[in-house]
Amino acid sequence: MRLLGHDGEPTGSAPLPAPDVLLDGYRRLVAARRLNEQAQALVRQGRLAVYPSSRGQEACQVACAAVLEERDWLFPTYRDTAAIVARGVDPVEVLTMLRGDWHCGYDPRERRTAPQATPLATQLLHAVGVGHAARLRGEDTVVMALCGDGATSEGDFHEACNFAAVFAAPVVFFVQNNKYAISVPLARQSVAPSLAAKADGYGMPGVLVDGNDLPAVTRVLAEAVARARSGDGPTLVEADTYRMDAHTNADDATRYRTEDEVTGWGERDPLTRVRTYLTGAGVLDETGEREITAASEDMAAQVRRGLAVEAPVDPDELFAHVYATPTPQLTSQRASLRAELEDEDS
Amino acid sequence: MAPKMSMAAAINAALRDAMAADDAVVVFGEDVGPLGGVFRVTDGLTRDFGEGRCFDTPLAEAGIVGMAVGMAMNGMRPVVEMQFDAFAFPAFEQITSHVAKTANRTRGRVRLPLVIRIPYAGGIGGVEHHCDSSEAYYAHTPGLTVLAPATNADAYGLLRAAIEYPDPVVFLEPKKLYFAKEEVDVAAEVPPIGRAVVRRAGRDATLIAYGPSVPPALAAAEQAAVEGRDVGVVDLRSIVPFDDETVCAEVRSTGRAVVVAEAPGFASVASEIAARVTERCFHHLEAPVHRVTGFDVPYPAPKLERHFLPGVDRILDAVDELQWQDAA
Repeated sequence: MRLLGHDGEPTGSAPLPAPDVLLDGYRRLVAARRLNEQAQALVRQGRLAVYPSSRGQEACQVACAAVLEERDWLFPTYRDTAAIVARGVDPVEVLTMLRGDWHCGYDPRERRTAPQATPLATQLLHAVGVGHAARLRGEDTVVMALCGDGATSEGDFHEACNFAAVFAAPVVFFVQNNKYAISVPLARQSVAPSLAAKADGYGMPGVLVDGNDLPAVTRVLAEAVARARSGDGPTLVEADTYRMDAHTNADDATRYRTEDEVTGWGERDPLTRVRTYLTGAGVLDETGEREITAASEDMAAQVRRGLAVEAPVDPDELFAHVYATPTPQLTSQRASLRAELEDEDS
Repeated sequence: MAPKMSMAAAINAALRDAMAADDAVVVFGEDVGPLGGVFRVTDGLTRDFGEGRCFDTPLAEAGIVGMAVGMAMNGMRPVVEMQFDAFAFPAFEQITSHVAKTANRTRGRVRLPLVIRIPYAGGIGGVEHHCDSSEAYYAHTPGLTVLAPATNADAYGLLRAAIEYPDPVVFLEPKKLYFAKEEVDVAAEVPPIGRAVVRRAGRDATLIAYGPSVPPALAAAEQAAVEGRDVGVVDLRSIVPFDDETVCAEVRSTGRAVVVAEAPGFASVASEIAARVTERCFHHLEAPVHRVTGFDVPYPAPKLERHFLPGVDRILDAVDELQWQDAA
């Protein structure tokens, strides 16, 4: 499925959203791109330990958040920071995890956004559970479960798809096929005709969409959400996209992919084609572009300010959350750490 | 007098009463629906509470536990069954990486009130993968609460407590104790999680046991009494949290201790207990703490099982080795 060609020309396979809707989408794409670049810069400055970038995948990041209602749930991975921010979570809170403050910087209940999953595909099952619980109680909740191409090789991916299909759980499995699991190419993950084709084996619809085409991804995901909401069960959506950056700053992508390949995907950039279309349609001019850039710069400045202040960490907190009531052993270990710290101070 | 019931029936009653008390309690797993579980522990629950409250899942343990995590995130209190101890291992990542860690990961904002029931340990002549003692894996994982009842009354009471608990509980059901009947007073006060109980007071030595090892410990104490030694038995009930207070009070009063457990002894819960008791009671001890455990071998085939399991004789031999001659 593709609605906008690489050149920004409508393909005509389905109507495009209204220009103002697309303009709003473009604003979000620019913000997501700026967030990726800002976080990368913060890694280089030593402010963040690491950042798994989604540069090149911004259409997927923006669309999966945009199609959800507040009452829905998003289950992101470590590479989906931009999606979490698009969902409305404060970027500073999200990034404090990568600064090393705690394993999750935001309250998952506040925006119904699960912690970023670091193991692969395990969170897909949690998504099914959230959806099934909602369904049992008759609640109108859809769960958007994100993973990458590598995660589709995990057993939990299979179990989650199968459970969701068997229980008709209101889940959308959204695979951002960015072609690499760190260094391992898609061809080593699967020889299936597509990842979307795997849906057949579970008895659910599978849709392959151009992941760098914002209107197309949005449309496909919105249809999948509507299907889940109406009680017709899960959908597997595969977005054909590309991870423009290395896995993280600790990775060296030149060891496993060519410059030509990266350049080729750069020509399919998700921002460019929307910009070209909007400019051609007369909806976006230089002034508009400047405003959008300025807004994203404001966001970036806010992220820099927020992360410039080192939040103090509390050693007591090591013991605070493991159990609702700390065990006697944890209470005693907390006391010895306190004593140790007092000795250090005196 | 309270009615007599088997441990399987006591657990069934606990599930039933918890489901009746709270609509959020749901039971699922493999064969737990119309069949009522391979041990009939969930007998009649689907019939009486409906398919939404007790249901079969696809045959996939990571799926079962992973789905329970999500349901617990979203207001339910799932009680899932792993059909046999070693069949819980496909769910190991879900248990150790998510069940155990979600509350900590989210700074207590997302607690997971779920129970993983595991028919466990041996003594039933089961084939391979049906008799493992897997408690050390769970006890080693911060964030899990690990219970192992040894009596039918505790099976009822501790399961009720586990289902009401705000944090995830691994509930280890000694399958060799499933079918013997004992009195169970379902109206009795729910026992607190984290408290051991002195099953038999003793002045000369203390046996420390849990789950399937409590009956042989009690039998050994009985036999020791015949031979003139007053041996007590502490039943942990809760492996995590561990009740140092009760265990150490008993050991300090006797000065001698033997830990009894079915699991292979190396790097085991029994090892942890021996270390804790030694650290805390050293000046009260008349002899090193001994362990009577399974050998460090994979669980044996049925014909060899009796050589593996800690029995009365081996426990009594360990008691004999507690340097009595020095005291004389």
